[in-house]
Order: sequence, then structure tokens, then C-alpha cells
Amino acid sequence: MDSCNCIEPQWPPDDLLMKYQYISDFFIALAYFSIPLELIYFVKKSAVFPYRWVLVQFGAFIVLCGATHLINLWTSTMHSRTVAMVMTTAKVFTAAVSCITALLLVHIIPDLLSVKTREMFLKNKAAELDREMGLIRTQEETGRHVRMLTHEIRSTLDRHTILKTTLVELGRTLALEECALWMPTRAGLELQLSYTLRQQNPVGYTVPIHLPVINQVFSSSHAVKISPNCPVASIHPSGKYTPGEVVAVRVPLLHLSDFQINDWPELSTKRYALMVLMLPLDSARQWRVHELELVEVVADQVAVALSHAAILEESMRARDLLMEQNVALDMARREAETAIRARNDFLAVMNHEMRTPMHAIIALSSLLQETELTPEQRLMVETILKSSNLLSTLINDVLDLSRLEDGSLQLDLGTFNLYAVFKEVLNLIKPIVSVKKLHVSLNLAPDLPEYAVGDEKRLMQTILNVVGNAVKFSKDGSISITAFVAKAELLRDSQTSEFFPVPGDNHFYLRVQVKDSGIGVSPQDIPKLFTKFAQTQSTATRNSGGTGLGLAICKRFVNLMEGHIWIESEGLGKGCTAIFMVKLGIPERLNEPELAFMPKVPPNHGPTAFPGLKVLVMDENGVSRKVTKGLLVHLGCDVTMVSSSEECLRVVSNEHKVVFMDACVPGMDGYEIAVRIHEKFTKRHERPIIVALTGNTDKVTKENCMRVGMDGVILKPVSLDKMRSVLSDLLEHRVLFEAI
Amino acid sequence: MEVGQMQRRLVDYTKTLFMEGFLDAQFLQLQQLQDESNPDFVVEVVSLFFDDSEKLLNDLSMALDQPNVDFKKVDAHVHQLKGSSSSIGAQRVKNACIAFRNFCEEQNIDATLRCLQQVKHEYYLVKNKLETLLRLEQQIVAAGGSIPTIEMGF
Repeated sequence: MDSCNCIEPQWPPDDLLMKYQYISDFFIALAYFSIPLELIYFVKKSAVFPYRWVLVQFGAFIVLCGATHLINLWTSTMHSRTVAMVMTTAKVFTAAVSCITALLLVHIIPDLLSVKTREMFLKNKAAELDREMGLIRTQEETGRHVRMLTHEIRSTLDRHTILKTTLVELGRTLALEECALWMPTRAGLELQLSYTLRQQNPVGYTVPIHLPVINQVFSSSHAVKISPNCPVASIHPSGKYTPGEVVAVRVPLLHLSDFQINDWPELSTKRYALMVLMLPLDSARQWRVHELELVEVVADQVAVALSHAAILEESMRARDLLMEQNVALDMARREAETAIRARNDFLAVMNHEMRTPMHAIIALSSLLQETELTPEQRLMVETILKSSNLLSTLINDVLDLSRLEDGSLQLDLGTFNLYAVFKEVLNLIKPIVSVKKLHVSLNLAPDLPEYAVGDEKRLMQTILNVVGNAVKFSKDGSISITAFVAKAELLRDSQTSEFFPVPGDNHFYLRVQVKDSGIGVSPQDIPKLFTKFAQTQSTATRNSGGTGLGLAICKRFVNLMEGHIWIESEGLGKGCTAIFMVKLGIPERLNEPELAFMPKVPPNHGPTAFPGLKVLVMDENGVSRKVTKGLLVHLGCDVTMVSSSEECLRVVSNEHKVVFMDACVPGMDGYEIAVRIHEKFTKRHERPIIVALTGNTDKVTKENCMRVGMDGVILKPVSLDKMRSVLSDLLEHRVLFEAI
Repeated sequence: MEVGQMQRRLVDYTKTLFMEGFLDAQFLQLQQLQDESNPDFVVEVVSLFFDDSEKLLNDLSMALDQPNVDFKKVDAHVHQLKGSSSSIGAQRVKNACIAFRNFCEEQNIDATLRCLQQVKHEYYLVKNKLETLLRLEQQIVAAGGSIPTIEMGF
């Protein structure tokens, strides 16, 4: 034997077991070497792998294991010591790496496992999201269906189309077997089958409204599942098939009066219709939540659409009614107009036709009265005259009244003398008064304006009528007529509660009271006095005659003059007072009866309008004198100032064209100066124009000034424009009396 | 202060005097009478008014101080004062004078004394106001500006 350092294996190399070990080791090594390669290959392929270090370790571990097994191949036969050394080294390394790897795996395996759990979690989440997506999609579909349905339903205003469309569309969307609508009858005690999907003309099935199942549906705003066996659901013969699930929902029928502007009507309305929906027969389909919601929404929409349709129907009906009424009113108006025209024509004709013969009768009778007549004849003629006068008055009254009622009477406004009117009335009644031996007194208030603006003729007619009545109904005694301007306090009369005259700047209210001590009027007859043709029935009035129209006409006139007339009496035999108030205008400029009306001269606007006009100013008050001088100087006059009347008389000469004097000058009376000036200058053209400046606004001052021969009176304070116009008036007319 | 500002102040002051009733439209008339030929018209009239009124008020005080008051004389004085104040447009003084005259007619001594106080009070007030007004005008003229005309709405 050689002395080699070989190690003899225990077993002989040619044993079968050895051969199998040999082959196994070889394949193990192969496998161990290929696993890392595979790992590396696949890891390189994958995008991310966080555990490279682990990989390296693992690879090393595997490679070394493989190496170990590979070297085992040599140790089955006789092998040198080197191989044994290598084998040992390899085994040592393998051991080391294996231990390290084992230690490291403790850390890594939990991580890897948790990755797995996270993956599982994410998968679950994804599944959930998928489910939710599914739900949302279905909801969206439902919404789309609702919108479409609503659009279909609301696109028409015809009730039948609305309901029919609803049923059809619902049937289509939800794939229903049958769909029906039950409407309440007029009496509200039953539900009647009105519309169905499949059957064309449902023939009056009715169901009493107070069934428990119906009450249940009506009391809830949701769609309610009902049993297919209940009467409302037996709308479709199901035959041998099992009927599908049935759902019922209430449809509120809203009345017009339920629509308030600011809030949605509470569903306190009691009327509902019932909508019943049936799923297809023999299907396992169930009513799903979103389908129920769809049905509820549709029911609401139908309610709204129906109410719109109802409103439309209502408004069409109202419009038709109005049109009919319009036509009827139009015709009535035309008829009324024709009637009025006919009456007016008649009156116009009668007016003329009746007056002519009347006139002839009256004229000839009065002429006859003037001739020689026997007493009986005279009596007869007088009666004829009296009767025809009466008739004439009646005709006039009737014509006037009809015109007044038409509203076609208009006042003839003009400026007239108020005092003269009263005097005229007195003159007219004087004959009767003297015959009846009545005493008449007229009392005109001092503040009553002399001139007024109004309808003189009709005012006189009214006063005459009232006074005439007083005279007529008085056998003896006295009649007093008072006239004054109505003041504000006196206007709060109980009689005039609805009449509130407001005195103003350019008008005043004339109040006339006519008091008599005649037969009087009983209080219950007072309202009748002013009605046409009504007369108190006492015999006294019968004898006095009269048409009963007089007061009615007076009342119309007074109303036209925006006034009020009434009668007060304490009773029969106690006399009576007739009072009326009318609105009269105040004329713009009071016309002085002595002076002619002066045209307004446009004022000169130049500053020196009166160049060099010599003027004398007499005023004791220094300030006032200076101001007047300033005014006149500004207007270009040549002003001399004096402060006393003696000085004035001394200085005044025929060069002075105007003398302005303050009217209240102590010492010598201002008026005296005027007289003295008149004496001094006898010839008119030499005498200066004398004008008084006064702060007094009463008539007395003015009258005094006029009396002493002053040519003008002006009110202080005098403005520049006023002085200018005053001077131009004076120089043109030589006279100026300012209206006070 | 420049001229525009002074003028505006004058206008505002004048307007307040009118609003408060110290002056009425007559004063405006006086201002209208002032022109180049008569540049100091207003000042002259106002000064005259002051002199006149002082004298009258003194006379009134003396007359009412007498044991036997001569109401005719008192009335005459008040009439004069009324005339002056209305010529110049001193509205409140004028109104006080009117009241004074009424009491003079009644020969009511206590009331007339009260009225005299009232008239004096109003007079001094308006005198103060007018002096301020004229001073403002002088300032404007001295600064080279012109006195603005007042447009009144009434």
C-alpha cells in the first residue's frame, strides 16, 4: 500500500447504496444550484423586491448546501486529504450561513406574512367598493327613470294623458305585470278603478274606502306592500300563476285652495287616490328599496301634475264665465244707454213742446188780468194764472232735476256780487211777505266778501227756494236770513258728520241760515224733505201747493257746489231752520266800484327805470326813511328827504313828481298834509302825486286816504320790484290803490 | 382763510339768521339796493338802526320808569321802533314791538315792562348777529373778494 493521506470511507465504493447516494447527491447539488438562479431570474423580472439582502443570504445558503452535497460526490470514493479539507471548509461555511439565515428569517417571515394579510384586506375593500358602485349605478338608473317619468308626466296638462302615461311608463320601467289607479268617488266613500295598464276600459269596480288595508296605505307616505288577495289588488286575473308581490302607494289629490304662497301645503287634505303595482307573475322578483322609492316619487309627481291640470281646468272655466258675463254686461250697458238717450230726446222735445203753450197761456192770462173783468171773471183768470204758473214751475223743475240726475248739469261760474244776490231775493219775496204780513230780516256778516266766484243764477235759485219755503210755510211771524263765512270751528256740526269743508286760500264756505216761525216739520219727516216728490202729509202743506221738488233740486245744486244743506226743526208748530253751506271762490282782484280795472303793466327791469324823477320822501323814522330813499335812489330817482310835515310843506314844489309819506305821522296828521298840498297846488298837473306808505291793513286807513285826496296807498314793507311797478303805475295812471 | 371759504361762511351764517327768524326778506331787499354807487348802503342803514334803537330803548326805559306812565308816548316810541325794525328786516324785534303795542293799548304796566325786556333782549341779539355779519363782509372785502348774493328759497 502507498502511504497516501487518503481517507478511507467506511463503505466500499461499489455498493448499490453508495451508487444511489452518489446520484442523489448529484441531483441535490443540481437543484440547490438552480434554485438561486431561478430566484435571481424572477426577482430581476419583478419590479420591486425589498429584501435583496435576504436573497443574497438565502442564495449563499443554498449554494453552499449545494456545494456540500457536490463535494460529497467525491468523498464516496477514495479521496485525498485536500478534498476532505475542502469538504470540511464548505460544511463549516454552510453551517455558519445557515445559522445566520435562520436567525434572519425570524425577522422576515412575519413581514412577509403581513404582506399577505394586507393583500387580503385590500381585496376585501375592492370587493366592497365594487358592491357600492353597483348600488350607485342602480340609483342613478332609478333617478334617470324618475326624471324620464316625470318629464313624460309633466309634459301634458290633460288629466287622462297624465295618468295613462304614468301607468305606462311605470309599467315599462319596473317591468310590471299590472298597474292600476283607484280614484275616490264624488261622495268620497268608495274608490273606483279608473285607469289600468293592461285593460283598456276598466268597468266600474269600486271598493269601499274604509278598508283597513287602504287606511294603512293612506296613512303612510311610503309605498306599502300589500297582500295580493286584498280587493284592490285583485285587478288582474292571475289564474293558476302565483301572483307577484303587490305594492300600493297613496297619491294626494290637492285642491286649489291648498296652494299657499309661502308654505308647501300640509297634507291635511283627506282625498287620496290609490296606485297599485303588481310585479310579474311567477317571478321570484322582490320589490327592492330603490324601486319603492321610485314609486313614491312618481306618486308625488303625479299629484303635482294632476293639480296643475286641475288649476288649468279651473282657470279655463273661470275665463269662459267671465267672457259670458262681459257679453251680458255689455248688452245691459247698451240697453241702458239707449234708454237714457230715448229719455233725453223725449225730454228735449217735451221741453220745447210743453213750454211754448205754457208760455202762451201765462202771457195771455196776465194780459187778460189787466183788462176790465167782473169779479167772477177776475177770480177765474187768477186761478188760471196760478195754475199755469204752477205747471210751468213743475215743468222747469222736472227738466232741471232730470238734467241734474244725469250729471250733465254744470255750474256757470262767474264773479258776481254776493250782497246783490241777497238783496234781489229780498225784493222778489217782498210782495208776498207784505201780503202775509211777515217780517223778514237779512243779516250779512261783515267779513262776508262782497264778490264771489260761483254760479249766481243757481245760488239765487237755491236761496230763493229756501226762503220761499220759509215764507210758504209761515202764516205769520218773522223770518230771519243770516249769511256768514263758515269758520273751522263751526264746521263740526253734528249734521255734517260726513261733510268736512276745508277753507282754503282761494275759496270760502258761505253759510246761510233761514229761520222761520211757521208750522215746522216733525222730526221723522226731516229725512224725507229732500227726496223727490215726497211731501209731508199734513193738510197745511196740501193747501200751500208745491211739487215737493224744490228742496230736492236745491240739494242737487248745493251738492254741485260742494256743499251741504239740511233742515232743523223742533217739531210741528215750532218753526224750522234751513241751513246750507256752499263753496264759493274768492275773486283774484277785488274790483273797486269807483275805479276802473287797471291792466297790469309789466315791470321795468332796468335799474334806472325812472332817471332823474324828483321825489319827496317824508318819514319821521330815520331808518325807514333811509330805506325808502335807498329804494328810490336805486331806481334812479332824485330823492329829497324830509322828516316832518312842516318841512314837507315847506320843501314841496311843483318839481316833485311824487310825494311818499308815511301815513301815521304824529304832529300834523298825515292826511292833513295831503289836504294842504291840494290847497297849495290848485292846478292838477302841477300837483305831485301823493302816495301814502302805511303798515296798516284795514279799510279805514284806505278810506281816509282816499277821502283826503291821496292818489295812492301802498303797504309797507315795499320791495324793490313793488316800488318799481308802483312808480310805473302811478306815472301812467296817476292813481293806484293797492288791494288791501 | 381764503376768500372762497370766507364767502361760504358768510352765506351759511346769513342763511342761519334767516332760518332762526332774526332777519326776514326785507334785509335781502336792503342788500339788493347796495351797488357801486352806494357801496356802504347796508352798513349805513344798520348803523342808523343801531343808533335809533338805542335812543328809543333809552327813552322807553325812562318813560316806563315814571310813576305816571304816559302810554301814548310809550306807544309812539314803540311805533317808531317797530317801523325801524321792519324797515331793516329785524323780524323778531318787530314782532316783539307788535306785542308791546298791544299791551300799551291795554295800559298794562307789568306786561309792558316785560315786553320792554323782551324787545331789548331781541334787539341785542340781532345787533350781535348783524355786527358779526358785517364784520364777515368787511373781511371778505378786505381780502379782495366780493360779497356773495344770497338766493333764498322763500
